[in-house]
Amino acid sequence: MPRSSANRSSQPVWLLPFVIIAVCLLSGLPLARLLYAGLRFSIEGKATGLFSEPSTWFAIRNTLVTATGGMLIAVLLGATFAFVVTLTDIRAKGFFSFAFVLPMMIPPQVTALAWVQMSGPASPLLKTLGIAPPLGSPQPLYSLGGIALLLGVQHAPLVFLALKAGLAALPRDGVEAARLAGASPMRVFRDIIFPLAVPGLIAGAAIAFVSGVGNFGIPAILGIPASIFVLPTLIYSRLSSFGAGTFAEMSQLSMVIAVIAGLGLVVQQRALRGRDYRIIGLSGQNAAFSLGLWRGVAETGFSVILFFVLVAPVAALVASSLVPAYGVPLNFQTMSLHAYSEILFRQSVTLTAFANSLFLSGTTACGLLLFTVFTAYLLTRRPGKLADIITGLIEIPYALPGIVLAVAFILLFAAPLPLVNVSIYGTIWIILIAYFSSFFAVSLKPVASAFLQLDPSLEEAARLSGAGFFCRMRDILVPLIAPAAGASVILVFLIACSELTVSALLWSAGTQTLGVAIFNLDDSGSSDLASALSVLVVVMVVILMLLLELLAKHLPKGVLPWRN
Amino acid sequence: MAQLILNHLSKDFGTGRAAVSDVSLTVREGGFLALLGPSGCGKTTVLRMIAGFEQPTDGSIVLGERTLADAGGALPPEKRNMAMVFQSYALWPHMTVAQNVGYPLKVRGVTGATWQARVKDALSVVRLEEFADRRPADLSGGQRQRVALARCLVTSPDVVLLDEPLANLDRHLKAAMEETFREFHARSGATMIYVTHDQGEAMALATDIAVMSEGRLMQVASPQEIYARPEGRVVGGLVGQGAILDLALPDRGPRLLSWPVIEAAFRQTSGPSRPVLVRPEHVVADPEGVMLQVTSCVFEGERFALSLRTAGGQNLRAYSTHALDCGVLQPFVIRQGWLL
Repeated sequence: MPRSSANRSSQPVWLLPFVIIAVCLLSGLPLARLLYAGLRFSIEGKATGLFSEPSTWFAIRNTLVTATGGMLIAVLLGATFAFVVTLTDIRAKGFFSFAFVLPMMIPPQVTALAWVQMSGPASPLLKTLGIAPPLGSPQPLYSLGGIALLLGVQHAPLVFLALKAGLAALPRDGVEAARLAGASPMRVFRDIIFPLAVPGLIAGAAIAFVSGVGNFGIPAILGIPASIFVLPTLIYSRLSSFGAGTFAEMSQLSMVIAVIAGLGLVVQQRALRGRDYRIIGLSGQNAAFSLGLWRGVAETGFSVILFFVLVAPVAALVASSLVPAYGVPLNFQTMSLHAYSEILFRQSVTLTAFANSLFLSGTTACGLLLFTVFTAYLLTRRPGKLADIITGLIEIPYALPGIVLAVAFILLFAAPLPLVNVSIYGTIWIILIAYFSSFFAVSLKPVASAFLQLDPSLEEAARLSGAGFFCRMRDILVPLIAPAAGASVILVFLIACSELTVSALLWSAGTQTLGVAIFNLDDSGSSDLASALSVLVVVMVVILMLLLELLAKHLPKGVLPWRN
Repeated sequence: MAQLILNHLSKDFGTGRAAVSDVSLTVREGGFLALLGPSGCGKTTVLRMIAGFEQPTDGSIVLGERTLADAGGALPPEKRNMAMVFQSYALWPHMTVAQNVGYPLKVRGVTGATWQARVKDALSVVRLEEFADRRPADLSGGQRQRVALARCLVTSPDVVLLDEPLANLDRHLKAAMEETFREFHARSGATMIYVTHDQGEAMALATDIAVMSEGRLMQVASPQEIYARPEGRVVGGLVGQGAILDLALPDRGPRLLSWPVIEAAFRQTSGPSRPVLVRPEHVVADPEGVMLQVTSCVFEGERFALSLRTAGGQNLRAYSTHALDCGVLQPFVIRQGWLL
């Protein structure tokens, strides 16, 4: 009697152990190491000096101030755009949405650099226009307010998207019923729409706060020159001045970041309690409120905001990349492509950075796909407690501020690997492993939603046809999820290629990434080269985003972070 | 090929109520069994256990000499030599019609001219040869259904399973597809199991009908038998048109009741009542009968369907060749009834 042991499920026996081992190595191990170090150092009382130093408390205060300020600006901008774009008859909704979320995909250090080039006494753009403040006047962005403003601009799309998702599910018939009941559009907004949108607003605000706490690129470019430190940049500076207590200090500072981020999420949970409004009824097309004469005003207002948030900084960046030296106005005599030829053909630092970033992001994007296809399959076919735990473990490294994850990997790999006795600390491999861990969730999401969307009977029909696991994967499942897999690869590549936070702590000579190169060039005063490199990064980001836009109609809903 | 035996088959998903409990039945070789029941009665779970997608918690499934599944283990679906038509058809959208139909052959290592010939054969049975290079998305619902059927045909499976295959089709297409299924059954000689909640489909297609309710098997019999002699209230209410009257009847006596017995029961007002199934075709207007009130009269095309109410407030159904006014009292005779 031919018989296979209780194999009612479609997964082969090795699949679950494979996924569990992969997730433990990439997520569980570094998290456990960080937790262990933080607790041990705290209990042993090492680095107690940390919390008696005023600089630590300044950094904590600065972190709270900039993250909160950034959150308020993000909510103001994001909510205004979300309400107007989803609820009114404003024109060019698709364009406004795409343009508004673009800053989210641009690396924060590039945003910061662009804003610096846009304002201040040495701005090539302002000099060209003849409206630059006199030399010697301070750069206004090198301040807590500047950091908060840019954090707000960078994270406004997060609020926008969180709110838009909630508003899209708003029942049209509910709004229509309120209108028939005699409520004016303003009343409908106040009594029906706003209360239903509050959960999305709270969620968006929480994401903006947590992202602000963990952001490294903006406070690094704006804060370090003015000696304003937040927790992530404090960790960075501690690592630069490497000393005996460094590991203990870094792990404790990381714990402080994790605790602040965690508190933000707890506040969100409390605020959301009792606000679980299940949307019943038709939620399809949104009710369009006619703006009437205000439509033109709103469109103009949006265009002005987008000009200052998007067009002017990018223009400043381009202008800076075309002038020969910092502070020179841009005109037809001074304009040159010198900076581009320098970074693309002459400077070995930028060339290495290109090679490193392309290698790291390409390997991460394609290598992770191998794990994510099997993991996503397992998670869809075997839902339950275990699947929830696995999903949680995969998501934590992505949700955690990058700087905290980087510290975890430093702690994990500072000592040589056991058994083989080889140290990967200071090599490109430690960055690669950290990327695998950090972007697992990014890579998983498109593939997992594609699997969820797949009719299970497609696989069952293949099973009855006699196809074994690999046969089904090759012939049926992989071809069907191919668009999502492609999106996953591009998305990971897009984010990893210009990533700064993780590599800022993990790089050493010869393993610098594009993000690190931009930061270092700016730090050493070569703002023209930094700007040119940033322009190339922005161009690449936009091209990859457009590529994904082309794929969009073959993708499950919610795969592209800037669409929903 | 051999007969399929379900032996005290049970399935509990751990929800507290068994989805299927203690189902035993034998499908003879080449038989066409319809599993009939309301949604949620466990019929699809039975089908999925036969296919191998679910493992029984108790009992066993035997095909000829082979035990396919019992509580200890199960043969995976890919090794069962069965085929299935899914409610959603489950056609692979990235393959052409021919590739869809030929996939079971490809997995079995059949290639080249043999593959071509057998796929063409299968497609000709469902009259879709000229659609071989189309994609499923370019086909109509009925055509997709036929592709799914051709995919079942191509490997000569021991058992063909059909999971509500007509649920998504309109009425005209249903009739045509029923004919295709009948042809398919006659031609392939495969044992077929057909899950449906539509008793019309079950009666028109199957050689045997198994009625399920709340996870239990209520009755297995031929369509004629189950129509004429249903067992119990559930089967009586589920199969065919009809109304169930509660009549005071003597304990003994035949189950097929004639008019004098029914008339006597109508006059009897006391005593324990027993359920009697009355088909509408057996309720006819007759001056000799009892007075019944017409509560509704609906034109159905070939005749009028009447709803009637007895003096005791029980409902009955009948047919009439002409319209009757609502509310009128008229004498009817109940030619026969079946004691459930």
